[in-house]
Amino acid sequence: MTALAATQRARLNASASRPESIVMDMKNSSPASPRRTFFTQASAGVALLALAPGVRLVDLALARAQDEPASAAQRWGLLVDVDRCVSGCDACVSACNTEHGLGDSERPQTDAQWIRKVDLVDNNTGRQLSLPLMCQHCEEPPCVDVCPTGASFRRADGIVLVDKHTCIGCRYCMMACPYKARSFIHEDLTGQKTHAPRGKGVVESCTLCVHRVDRDESPACVEACTDAGREALVFGDINDRNDPLATQLAETTTRELRADLKLNTAVRYRGL
Amino acid sequence: MIWGDLIERGCKWLSCAMRVVVMTIALSLGTSVIEVYAEVSQPVFPSARGEQCVEPVDIMRRDHFEFLKHQRDKTVREGIRTPRHSLAGCIDCHADKDAQGRFVPVNAKGQFCQSCHVYAAVKIDCFSCHAARPSERVSQSP
Amino acid sequence: MMKSAYFQSVSSSRGYWLISAIAGVITLAGLIGAEHMESAGHWVTGMSNQVVWGVPHVFAIFLIVAASGALNTASIASVFARDDYKPLARLSALLAIALLSGGLAVLVLDLGRPDRLIVAMTHYNFKSIFAWNIFLYIGFMFIVGIYLWMMFEPRMNRFTARVGTAAFIWRLVLTTGTGSIFGFLVAREAFDSAVMAPLFIVMSLSFGTALTLLIGMLIFWINGATMDPALAQKLRRLLGFFVIGVAYLVAVDHLTKLYVTGHHQLEQFILVDGGIYTLLFWGVQILLGTMVPAILLLLPRFCQRGYLIAAALLVVVGALTQVYVLIIGGQVFPLELFPGYSVTSTFYDGVIADYTPSLAELALGMGGMGLAVLVTLIGIRILPFVPVQMTGENQD
Repeated sequence: MTALAATQRARLNASASRPESIVMDMKNSSPASPRRTFFTQASAGVALLALAPGVRLVDLALARAQDEPASAAQRWGLLVDVDRCVSGCDACVSACNTEHGLGDSERPQTDAQWIRKVDLVDNNTGRQLSLPLMCQHCEEPPCVDVCPTGASFRRADGIVLVDKHTCIGCRYCMMACPYKARSFIHEDLTGQKTHAPRGKGVVESCTLCVHRVDRDESPACVEACTDAGREALVFGDINDRNDPLATQLAETTTRELRADLKLNTAVRYRGL
Repeated sequence: MIWGDLIERGCKWLSCAMRVVVMTIALSLGTSVIEVYAEVSQPVFPSARGEQCVEPVDIMRRDHFEFLKHQRDKTVREGIRTPRHSLAGCIDCHADKDAQGRFVPVNAKGQFCQSCHVYAAVKIDCFSCHAARPSERVSQSP
Repeated sequence: MMKSAYFQSVSSSRGYWLISAIAGVITLAGLIGAEHMESAGHWVTGMSNQVVWGVPHVFAIFLIVAASGALNTASIASVFARDDYKPLARLSALLAIALLSGGLAVLVLDLGRPDRLIVAMTHYNFKSIFAWNIFLYIGFMFIVGIYLWMMFEPRMNRFTARVGTAAFIWRLVLTTGTGSIFGFLVAREAFDSAVMAPLFIVMSLSFGTALTLLIGMLIFWINGATMDPALAQKLRRLLGFFVIGVAYLVAVDHLTKLYVTGHHQLEQFILVDGGIYTLLFWGVQILLGTMVPAILLLLPRFCQRGYLIAAALLVVVGALTQVYVLIIGGQVFPLELFPGYSVTSTFYDGVIADYTPSLAELALGMGGMGLAVLVTLIGIRILPFVPVQMTGENQD
C-alpha cells in the first residue's frame, strides 16, 4: 500500500509539472459568445485547480471508493483531435504496447494491436490525415450483442471489455466489430503484467486502460500523446458537463466513425 | 420383435465399448496410483511474507478459489479492485525470492500455488494469463 | 411395390471396414490437426486478426447446413406423405445427426478455448444469434432422435408424421439461424443481408440432398446393392431444382449489391479482380458447381448413375467453394471505415488480407467430414437403417 501511495504521489508531481490539455484549449478559445465565456470561465476554474496538484483534488472528489462498483453516472470517453495528430508519430501505440505488455512475435498478421495509427489520403483533394484507431467503446456494441457467452460486456461506466474467464475464443465479436478493434491471441504468452492478464485462445481489445481509470488516471495513450507534446487525445467523462472532454464535445463539431450504424461511440474524432 | 433385436445389438456394442473404457481407466489408474504411493508427502512451500492471511488458514485452504472467483467477477465486471481477495494480493505475500533476491513464480515447482495443487491433483490455468510474480510496484518496494 | 419398407443393419463386410478405415484415418488426422492448433495456438493456421474464421468454419458451416438439408428425404416421406421416399427416411435422419455432429465437432475444436465448452453451455447471452444456434443444434439432435424412435418403433409409427413435421419446422428455423450468423453482421458488407437466411435454407436443401445421394449410394455399395433407380431419379430431379434455387438467390444477392453504389468495390473484388476468389466464384462455384450439375441433373439424356454421382460430387465441391468464397472472401475484403479516403496502417486497414489455409486446419475441416461418415457407419451397423427392398436380389 505504501508503495502504491508513493507511486501516486510521484505521478501527482508529474502531472502538476505538465500543462493540462484544457489549459491549452483555454488559450485558443476566444471569449466571443456569452455561452462560450461561461464555458471558458468554468474550464478556467477547473484549470486553476489543475495547475496545482489540483486536478487530482477535483478528480479525487469525484472518484468512487475502491470498493464501490463503476457506475452509470460516468461515461468515459476520448476525443481525438485529428488536426493535432501527426503521421509517423506512434507515441500512443508504443505507450499502449508497453502498458499492456503487447509484444512483437514477428508475425504481424496475428500480433495483437489494441490501438493503431491509420494514415488517410482524401481521394478527391489529396488532403492527408493521421489518426489513432482503437475500440470505440460503443453504447450499443455489436461485439456484446453477438457474444454467445456474455464474455463481451459493457461496464456500467461505458467501457467495453472482454471477460477472458468466460471467453471461449469463437471470434464472432471480431466478425461483428465495425472497427476491426479486436485481436485474438494466437500463441502462448509469457511475462504478462499484473494489471493486464493476457493469454492464448481468447479475444482482447483496448480496455480504455480500465485499471488506470479505476485509480483516477488517464489511459496510457492519452498520457503519452500529451507527453509527446501533441495533445491530440483528451480523456474524460462525457456525462460530466464540467469535464474538459464534455466541454470540448459541446463546443466543437466531432464525429463518430461508422455513424450510420448509430452505435453512439465514446470515442469521437474532430477534424475528420 | 425388431425392438428386442435392437436392444440386443445395442447391448452387445455397449458392453464392448464399456470393456475398452474400463480397461483404459484401470491402466491409467494403475500407473498413477503407483506414482502417488511412490512419492506421496505433504506439500512443502516457502512461508509467506506478512503476519497473517486475509482469512483463517483452514477457510482459505477450503474456499480460496471461491474468494478468488468472487473477486475476479467483481473486478472484471464492476471495477472493484480491493486487494483483500485478489489474486495479485495472494501473490504479493506468497511469492518467494531466490538467492539473488528475485521473485520466483508462485506456479514454479515447490512454490506456494504449485506444491498444493500438485498434492491435491487440481489443475489450474490462472497463470497462462496472470502474472505469477508480484507486480512491479511491489517488486520495487523492499 | 412394397408400401412399408423393411430395414436391416449392415453386416460386416470388406467394403464396410475399408470405408470405416478411411473415415477413421481422416477423423484421426483431424484430431491431430486440432490438437496442434490448440497446443501451438492459432498462428499455425492461415487465420489471423484479419481473417478470423477460416477453413474449419467453411467445413463446419457446410456440414451444419447440409445436416438440416439431409433430413429432407425423411421430411418428404412423412410430412408430405410421399411413401416412395420412405426407404431412405431413416438413413436421411441418421445423416442429419451425423453431419451435424461432424460440423459441431469442427466448430468446437477450432475454438480458442475448446476446454471451456462447458462455459458455452452454462453462460448464455440471448441477444446472440450464436447462442440461439447452440440451442437450435442441440434441439435438432434431440428432435431427430425422437423422430427416429417414431420411425423405428412400430407402435409409435402413427406419430411419425407429427414429429416429422416438428422436425421439419425446426430445421427451417435452424438454417435460418445459421444464415443469420452472417446475415446479422451489420458491419461487414459481404454478409449484412436478410437474403442470407433463405439462401442458407436453399443451400441446405441442395447440399443435404447431394450428400444423401452420395453417402446413400456408398452405403448401398457397402451392402452389395444399388439404390432404387426410380428413387434415385426423383432425388436427381430434386437436386437439379435445388441447385437452380441456390443460383437464383446468389444472383439476387449479387444483383442487390451491384445496384447499391456503396457495395460496388466489394462486387468488383468478388466478381472481377479478386484473384483466387474470383476464380473460385466463376470457375468452381458457378461453372463446375452450378451450371454443369444443373445440366447433368435436369437434362433427360444424362440419367445414368455415373452422371448422377458426378453431378452430386460437383454440387458438393461447388458447395464447399461457395461457403469458402462467402466466408473467406467476405473477410479478406477490408472494412470501410473512412469513405472517400485511401487508408494505410500497420493493421492491414484498406488492403485485401492474405489467407492461405494450413495443413492443420484443412485436416481439422476434413476430419469433420470423416467423423460424419464414421457416425453414419456406426449407426447403420448397430440399427436397421438401410432398406432391404433396395438390395439387388429383392428388386423386381
